[in-house]
Amino acid sequence: MKDRYAFHVDSIAYLDESGDALGDLPEWSDDRDTILDAYRHMVLTRTFDNKTIALQRTGQCGTYPSVLGHETIGTAIGQTLAKDDVLVPYYRDHAAQLLRGVTLTEMLLYWGGDERGSAYAHCPEDLPVAVPISTQCCHAVGVGASFRIRDQKRAVLCSLGDGATSKGDFLESVNLAGAWHLPVVFIVTNNQWAISTPRHLQTGAETIAQKAISGGLPGIICDGNDYFAVRHALMHALERARTGKGGSVIEAVTYRLGDHTTADDATRYRPAEELKQAWEREGVKRLQSWLHHQGLWDSDREQALQVSCRNQVDKAVEAYLATGPQPPTAMFDHLFETLPAALAGQYERLQRREVKHG
Amino acid sequence: MADVTLVEAVNMALAHEMAANEDVVVLGEDIATNGGVFRATVGLKDRFGFKRVMDTPLAENLIAGTAVGMATQGLRPVAEFQFMGFIYAGMEQIISHAARMRNRTRGRLSCPVVFRAPFGGGIHAPEHHSESTEALFAHIPGLRVVIPSSPKRAYGLLLASIRNNDPVVFLEPKRLYRAVTQSVEDDGEALPLDTCFTLREGSDVTLISWGASIAETLEAADALAEQGVSAEVIDVATISPLDRETLLCSVAKTGRCVIVHEACRNVGVGAEIAASIAEAAFLDLQAPVVRVTGYDTIMPYARNEMAYLPQVADIVEAVEQVIAL
Ligand SMILES: Cc1ncc(C[n+]2csc(CCOP(=O)(O)OP(=O)(O)O)c2C)c(N)n1
Ligand SMILES: [Mg+2]
Repeated sequence: MKDRYAFHVDSIAYLDESGDALGDLPEWSDDRDTILDAYRHMVLTRTFDNKTIALQRTGQCGTYPSVLGHETIGTAIGQTLAKDDVLVPYYRDHAAQLLRGVTLTEMLLYWGGDERGSAYAHCPEDLPVAVPISTQCCHAVGVGASFRIRDQKRAVLCSLGDGATSKGDFLESVNLAGAWHLPVVFIVTNNQWAISTPRHLQTGAETIAQKAISGGLPGIICDGNDYFAVRHALMHALERARTGKGGSVIEAVTYRLGDHTTADDATRYRPAEELKQAWEREGVKRLQSWLHHQGLWDSDREQALQVSCRNQVDKAVEAYLATGPQPPTAMFDHLFETLPAALAGQYERLQRREVKHG
Repeated sequence: MADVTLVEAVNMALAHEMAANEDVVVLGEDIATNGGVFRATVGLKDRFGFKRVMDTPLAENLIAGTAVGMATQGLRPVAEFQFMGFIYAGMEQIISHAARMRNRTRGRLSCPVVFRAPFGGGIHAPEHHSESTEALFAHIPGLRVVIPSSPKRAYGLLLASIRNNDPVVFLEPKRLYRAVTQSVEDDGEALPLDTCFTLREGSDVTLISWGASIAETLEAADALAEQGVSAEVIDVATISPLDRETLLCSVAKTGRCVIVHEACRNVGVGAEIAASIAEAAFLDLQAPVVRVTGYDTIMPYARNEMAYLPQVADIVEAVEQVIAL
C-alpha cells in the first residue's frame, strides 16, 4: 500500500500560561499601542459581561450568554478584520462585534428582547447573530462568493462554536469554500462545551481544525487565550483570503468560564476542578501579565481602566433602560418592505387593541 | 399519586415506558447528563444508562434521521429537539422519511418515532425560542401531531405516542411546563390519540383550542360564565389527524364557535377547523366562526411578545361578537 494522502495540523502559541513569551513574538508585536488597546477592550468586554449578567438576574435583561473566557478571541477578530471585510458572528462574539462598531446599547437591546439591537448603526454589512447554530456558515460562503463574483479583495470571517462544527451547515460551507476557492476564514471557538455536551461527544476527530481538510482547506490550531497566537493566525488567514489564496479554518482553543447562558447551571454537569484549572489559563490576565513584564502596565493604570470601563458600561445601560419598547405595531414594520394590503386589517386591529388593552 | 408539573409528567411517562419496554430509547442534545435544558429527561441516564439515553452531537438533521434508522430496526426512539425553532434542520428526515417509510415500503418498515419539542411563547426567551409552527407538521400526511395542555394529558398522550406504531410530533407548550401542578398517577394508562378532549361542557358557544392557549381559553370561559354565557371548551390535543366528529357535534349543539391559537393566523390549524365546520355544520351555525390568533408577523422578541399572544380579553371579545349575532 502507498500513502495516498497524509495531513497535518499545526498549532501556534506565543505566551505561556503566566504571560511569558515562549520564544520570539511576531514582528507586529512592536506595535504596543494596539496591544494596549486590545487589553483595554478585553477589560471593557468583561465589565459589560458582569453588568449584563447582573441586569438579567434582576429582571432587566433577557437570557444572556456570557462572554467570559472568550474575550481574547473576539478582540483579536475585531482588531484583525479590515473595515470592508465582513464579520459573520455567533452569539458569543461580543468583543469582536463591539470593535466592529456595534454599540453596547445595541447589544443590551438585543439580549433585552428588542429587535433594534440588530439594526447596527455603525456596521452596515456585518451580519446579525444567527441563533440557530451553525446556519451562519452558509451565509458566510454566500458573502465570500459575492466577493469573488465581483472581483473584490475582501475577506469574510465566519465565527462559530465547537458544537456548531457538528452540523452539516459548517461542513457543507467548508466544502464549498474549498471547491469554489472562497475568501472565507472560519474561526471555531472551541470552549470545550456545547451547553452540557463535552467536546469529545461532538466528534471522534482528534482536532476540530482537521475538519478543514475534508473540504480542501488548511486547518490550524491556536491557543485561544493567547492574544498573540489568535491574532497572528487570523492575520495570516485573512491575508491569504484577501489575496486570492482561499479560505481556512482556525480552531481557537479556550474554555467557557461561565454558564452556557444565564438560563444554565453548569455545576450540574461540569467538574469544579476543570473550571478551576481553566482559570489558570485565561487570556485577559495573561495579556495583563505580559504587559506588566514589559513595563507597559501597572496597578494605577489598571485602576483607571476599571473606572473608565465601568463608566462606559453604566452609560450604555442607562441609555438601554431609557429606551422604551417599540410599539406593538412595530412587529409589522419590517415584515416586508411595505405592508401588503392583506395585512392592513391586522395592523389596524393591533393598533385598536393597544388602545383598548393597554 | 404525585402532584406534578407538565414537564415532570413528560419525564414520568418517559421513565415509565423505558422501564416497561427496552426498545424505548431517548436521544437529543443535552438530555443525558444535564437531563435536558427543561429537565424533561432528568434522571433517565442514571436509571437506564448512556446506551439508551443518548447525548447527540449538535445536529438536528442527524437526530431526526438517526431516530428514523433506529425505528426501522424496531426501536422506539423518542427524539428531543431542544426548541421547536431548531427542528427545521430535521424537517427533511421527518417529512421525507419518517412520515413516508410505512407507505413507501407497503408496510414492511414503519417509523414509531416520537419527535418531542417544546414550543410557544411567553417565557421571554431569545429569537427562535417562542414560535408556534405546529401547522407545518399538521400539513404533512403520515404524521401525527399531538399537543398536551395539562400534566395528565402530557403523561397519557406521551405514553400513547410512544406506543403508537407511527411517527408522532409531540409538541410541548413550554409556557405550561411549570405553570400548574396536577396529581397524576404513574399507572401506565395512556390516553387516546386522534381524539379531542371536552374540558368543559356548555351550550352557548364552542371554544376550540390546544396547547398553551387552553389556559387563556378556560379563563375566558370563566369570565363568560359570570356574564351568563355558557361556553364549551374543547382541547383538540391531536391536531392531525383531526377529530372532526367531536368538534362538529359541539357546534351542532351551541351554534357558535371561536377558535383560539397562539400560532399566526394564515393557513393555521384554525383555518382547517373553520373550513371543516363550514363544510359540515354550516346550517348549525348562528354566527360566523371567529378565530383569535397570533398575528401574521414574525413573533416579536421578548419585550413585545405579550402583545402577540392572544389574551383572555381577546377571546371574551370574540365570543361577545358571535353571541351578538
Ligand atoms: C440548531 C440549533 N440547535 C440547538 C440550539 C440550542 N443551543 C444554543 S447554544 C447551543 C450549544 C452551542 O455550542 P457551541 O457551538 O460549542 O457554542 P458555545 O455556546 O459553546 O459558545 C445549543 C445546543 C440552537 N440554538 N440551534
Ligand atoms: Mg462550545
